[in-house]
Amino acid sequence: MNAPILWIVIPFMIGILTLLFIRERLPALIGGVATGILALIALAFPIDTALLLGSISIKISPSIQFFGRSFELNTADSPLLVIIYGLSALWFLGTEASGTANRFVSLGLMIVALLTASIAVEPFLFAALLLEMAAMLVIPLLVPPYQKPGRGVVRFLIYQTLAMPFILFSGWMLAGVEASPGDLGTTTLASTMLGLGFAFLLAVFPLYNWIPMLMEEASPYETGFLLWVLPTFTVIFALGFMDHYAWLRTSAKLSNAIQFAGVFMVASGGIFAALQRHIGRILGYAAIAETGLLILIIGLRSSEIVTITFLTLIPRGLELIVWALALSIIKRQAYSLRFTAVRGLARSYPVAVAALILAHLSMTGFPMLAGFPARLAIWQELANQSLVTSFWVFFGMLGLLAAAIRTLAVFVMADDDKKWSVNESWMQITMLGLGVTGLFILGLFPQILQPFLANLPSLFDHLGQ
Amino acid sequence: MIVDVISWAAVGLILVTSTTILINRAWRVSLGALAVQYIAVFWLVTRHLPFVMSSAKLITGWMVVAVLGMTCMGLTDLEYDEEDLFWLRGQWFRAILMGIVALITVGSTLRVEASIPGLGLPVIAGGMLLIGAGVVHLGVTSDLLRVALGLLTMLAGFEILYAAVESSILVTGFLAIVNLSLGIIGSYLLTAGTSPLETEEEL
Repeated sequence: MNAPILWIVIPFMIGILTLLFIRERLPALIGGVATGILALIALAFPIDTALLLGSISIKISPSIQFFGRSFELNTADSPLLVIIYGLSALWFLGTEASGTANRFVSLGLMIVALLTASIAVEPFLFAALLLEMAAMLVIPLLVPPYQKPGRGVVRFLIYQTLAMPFILFSGWMLAGVEASPGDLGTTTLASTMLGLGFAFLLAVFPLYNWIPMLMEEASPYETGFLLWVLPTFTVIFALGFMDHYAWLRTSAKLSNAIQFAGVFMVASGGIFAALQRHIGRILGYAAIAETGLLILIIGLRSSEIVTITFLTLIPRGLELIVWALALSIIKRQAYSLRFTAVRGLARSYPVAVAALILAHLSMTGFPMLAGFPARLAIWQELANQSLVTSFWVFFGMLGLLAAAIRTLAVFVMADDDKKWSVNESWMQITMLGLGVTGLFILGLFPQILQPFLANLPSLFDHLGQ
Repeated sequence: MIVDVISWAAVGLILVTSTTILINRAWRVSLGALAVQYIAVFWLVTRHLPFVMSSAKLITGWMVVAVLGMTCMGLTDLEYDEEDLFWLRGQWFRAILMGIVALITVGSTLRVEASIPGLGLPVIAGGMLLIGAGVVHLGVTSDLLRVALGLLTMLAGFEILYAAVESSILVTGFLAIVNLSLGIIGSYLLTAGTSPLETEEEL
C-alpha cells in the first residue's frame, strides 16, 4: 500500500463515485466512515514501517512518482492526517443533521484529498496549484444549481485565483534571494509578492470582504467547511515557506509585518463581529479574527510556533463544525439569520442555540472551552514580545465576546408566554452534543492533544526545532 | 530573426485580442478573440517549453473557449448585452485603461529583462500585457462571463512568464487543469439559477 494512494487517491475516487452514483442519505455515512477509517489508519499504522499482522506483513510506503514529481507522506505527517481526516469525518457525519445537500460529502472528499496532496507534493511550492484546484471545487458547494451566484462567491474565485501566480512566482524568486541575500531589490519584490499571495489566500484585511458576503448568500454549513478547510491547509503551506527559506524565518521586518496583518485582522474581525445584526456574518467575522490569530502566531519570533499553531487549528475545526451545524439548524427554521428572524429561538431550539453560543464563546477564548488553552499560549508568547499587540488582540477578543452576548440576548428575547420545547431531531441533538462535549474535553483536558502536538513539529525541518 | 519577428507579431496579436475582449460586449467576439489569443500565447510559450507542452496549453485554451461558448449559446439573456452608460465602465474608459497597461508594459519590459535575464523581451511584453489586461478586466466588471475571461487572460499571461522559469510537466498539467476548471466553473456559474428545481436533493 502507498500513503499518497491511501490518503489522496482513494478519498478522491470515493468522492467521484458518490457524486455520480449514490443518492439519498448514503453519502454522509460513506464519507464519514471512509474519512474516519483513514484517520484510524493514520493513527494505527506508521508510514514506512513494516508491521506484522499474524502472518501478513504490511508496510505503507511513503511516496509515489507522478509526472516526474514526487508526492510524499512521511511518518511525520501521520498526526496531521489523523487531525484532518478525523475532523473531516465529523463534518461529513454532520451533513445529515444539517440538512445539507448530498454533494457536500462528494465534493468535500475531493477537496480534502486535493488539499492533502498539497502537503504531499514535492517541491512544496506546487501546493499553490492544488490549493487553487480545491478552491474551485468549493464553488459548486457554495452555489447550488438552482441559485444565482452572489458577489461573495465571485470575489472568492477571483482572490483565490490571483493568489496562485503570486505565490508561484515568489517561490521561484525566493530561491534567488537565498542564493544572493544582499540583493535588496529582489528581496523586496519576492517578499511583496509572497505577502500578496498569502493575503489573497488567507483573506487578509481588506481582502476578506467575501467571507461575510458568503455567510449571507450561501448555506452556513458549506461556508463553515470552507472557512475551516482552506485556511487550515494554507497555514500549513505558509509554515512550509517559513521552514524552507531561512531568510523568512530570520527577517525581523517581515515578522513585524506578519504580526501587524494578524493583529489588524483580529481587532477588525472582533469589532465588526460586535456590530453585526446577522448571526451568519458574525461567524464570518469570528473566522476572520481566528485566521488573524493564526497569522499572528506565524509572525511570532518563537520556537513554539508549530505547537501553538496546531493547538489553535484543532479546536478551530471543532468550533466551526458545531457553530455551522447550529446555524444550519436555525436557518432551516428561521429562513433568515438576521437578528429579527432568530429572536426568541432559544425556547424552541435550545440545543442548537446553546451549542452555537458555546462554540462562539470557545472562539473568544472562554475558560473551560476548547479555544482557551490556545489563547493562553498565545497570550503568554505575546506578552513577552509586545504589550501593544497584546492589547489589540484582547480588544478583538472582547469584540467577539460582545457579539456572543448580543447573540445570546437576541436568542432569549422571547415572549413570556412562549413555552420551552426541543424541536431538534435526535440526530441533530447527538451531533451537537458530541461537538459540545468535544469543546469541553479539549478545554478541560488539553493534554489529550499532547501526543499529536509533540510529533507535529517534526513536519518541519527548521521551525519549532 | 524570423522567430523574433513572429514573437513580436504574437505580442501585437495579444494587444489586439486582449483589447477586444476588454472593450467588446458581444460574447461571440470576446470568445473568438480569446481563441486567437491562445495561439499567440502558444507561440510565446514555445520560446521556453517544448512544442508538445505548449500545444497542450493551446488545446486546453480552446477547450475552455468551447465550454464557455456552448454555455453562452444556451443563455438567451446574454444576446442583448447593451453598452454600459456609466462612463467609468464604458468602452472609452476601458480603452484608456488598456493604453495605460500597454504603456506600463513598454516601460517595464526592459527592467524585467535586466533583473531576470534570458526570458526574452517578447515573452515579457506578452505576459505583462495579458496580466495587466486581465487585472483591468477584473477591476471593471462583475459580470460572470467577463470575470471568467479576465481570470483566463490573467492566467494566460502568467503562464507565458512562468513557462520561462519552470518547465515541469506536472506544473503544465496542473495549470491546464486550473484553466479547464476555470472554464467549467465559469460555465457553471453562468447557468446556475437559470433552471428550476428538479430533484429532491436540490431542495
